Amino acid sequence: MLRLNDLHVHYGAVHALQGVELEVNQGEIVTLIGSNGAGKSTTLRAISGMLRPSRGTIDFEGKPIAGLAPHVVVGLGIAHSPEGRGVFANLTVEENLQVGAYTRSDKAGIAEDMKKVYGLFPRLEERRRQLAGTLSGGEQQMLAMGRALLARPRLLLLDEPSLGLAPQIVKVIFQIIRDINALGTTILLVEQNAHKALEVANRGYVIEVGKIVLADDAKVLAASDEVRKAYLGG
Amino acid sequence: MTKFLQTLMDGTAVGSLYALIALGYTMVYGILRFINFAHSDVFMLGAWFSYEVAKIMGWTGQDQSHPVWASAFVIVAVMVACGTLGFVIERGAYRPLRSAPRINVLITAIGVSLFLENSGQLPFLLGTQPQRMPTLMPEHALFAVAGVSVRAVDLLVIGISFALMALLEWIIYGTKLGLAMRAVSYDTKVAALMGIPVDRVISMTFVVGSALAAAAGFLYATKYPGINQPAHPTWVLLGLKAFVAAVVGGIGNLRGAMAGGLMIGLVELFGAAYLSPHLRDVYVFTLLILVLLFRPEGLLGKATIEKV
Repeated sequence: MLRLNDLHVHYGAVHALQGVELEVNQGEIVTLIGSNGAGKSTTLRAISGMLRPSRGTIDFEGKPIAGLAPHVVVGLGIAHSPEGRGVFANLTVEENLQVGAYTRSDKAGIAEDMKKVYGLFPRLEERRRQLAGTLSGGEQQMLAMGRALLARPRLLLLDEPSLGLAPQIVKVIFQIIRDINALGTTILLVEQNAHKALEVANRGYVIEVGKIVLADDAKVLAASDEVRKAYLGG
Repeated sequence: MTKFLQTLMDGTAVGSLYALIALGYTMVYGILRFINFAHSDVFMLGAWFSYEVAKIMGWTGQDQSHPVWASAFVIVAVMVACGTLGFVIERGAYRPLRSAPRINVLITAIGVSLFLENSGQLPFLLGTQPQRMPTLMPEHALFAVAGVSVRAVDLLVIGISFALMALLEWIIYGTKLGLAMRAVSYDTKVAALMGIPVDRVISMTFVVGSALAAAAGFLYATKYPGINQPAHPTWVLLGLKAFVAAVVGGIGNLRGAMAGGLMIGLVELFGAAYLSPHLRDVYVFTLLILVLLFRPEGLLGKATIEKV
């Protein structure tokens, strides 16, 4: 479904991605783990068009998408829930969701998906008329994910959904990631919480200084010594 | 009492014009975080284009012999013309600087302003002579309240301004374009990520703001028919007061711009009527200083920490 081939990204003089190779198949949850600054978010940003790769290709469902503008990429079926959530604090919960559906014009379909999202996140329905800035961190994360789902993506990019959240909320968020996947959306998940990420994912990639250093089934990675030492706290 | 009511009416009329102009400043600031200094020139051109359109249509007399729909025709024509101009200014002058430091954009805006004022005075364009706006709206007194004669033109200036502000409210809070504008103003990058074509939304912001300034230009020329030459300092002063209105209301805040405009108009005219007419500009800038001292975020603005 998604294939990154020899992907390079530069931030000025910094060579952030140095030939990333990664593949996501239809229906999977794939996780990309690594430490701070390894290039996890950069990879997602390159896929969604926020960054222009300096070399390499990104193919989505067989079509090259590298270098396309973000609003074009959304239209093709990839939604990105960014790091730090990026909810519009000045809009209500419902308006945030409407922004998520910006590229669509099928009113009935949007209403239906809105219902689905409220089904996944009942907390959001209770607060639909509230400004998003008044939500708690966990609720904002739910909103960011719900908003991305309203684009009706076939591939959902999630960047650090557990960042800064209390352990109980993290549990809820990861359960919802499973639910979203079960409803038919393929997921590429970037996480620092490698333990949780490998628990929900089918496959995983480990990235270090802009290069993929390990790729395997999530269970195998979770059991491997290298990963345990570096990312799972021994 | 008569004087009070008269001043109240004039202050509301002038204030609603300031409000219309202030909205353009505040919308652009809300999205791009820079002051569009060329905005007062779009307002000036709104007044001038009104005169030119009326002339082309052959409505030149001061005797109100023109069709009833003449005003409606002119206002729509100048809103379209200035809306297009706003689009071109953004495309040609500001968009190439999208990733440049804000100070560059600011200086460019001053350049655009000077260009519009001075090229407007070229003999084959608008010229260096002041002109008189033809009388398109009935000027006779409709009725009198407590000794104040109410003219149709005064009611129309206030009525049209408020109608346009209501229309803007609807665009911003009731349409998909407005939703996109609010999203872009909060976070451009995430808005793009959601599929909003950010450049197009920014263009539309300039179109809408410029069209409102054009309407204000038409209404101003209708109420005060003496149209000064394009580079005359009164235009800059009027634009500056509208900018003050945007700051007093809380820059970036639409309702703040509306309230600030009305407030500036009333302060100016009440000061002129009851204190001294020579100091009318002083009242406006005194109000600005007081607001900046005691409520720097503006009356309806929210205190924010400047992002670095």
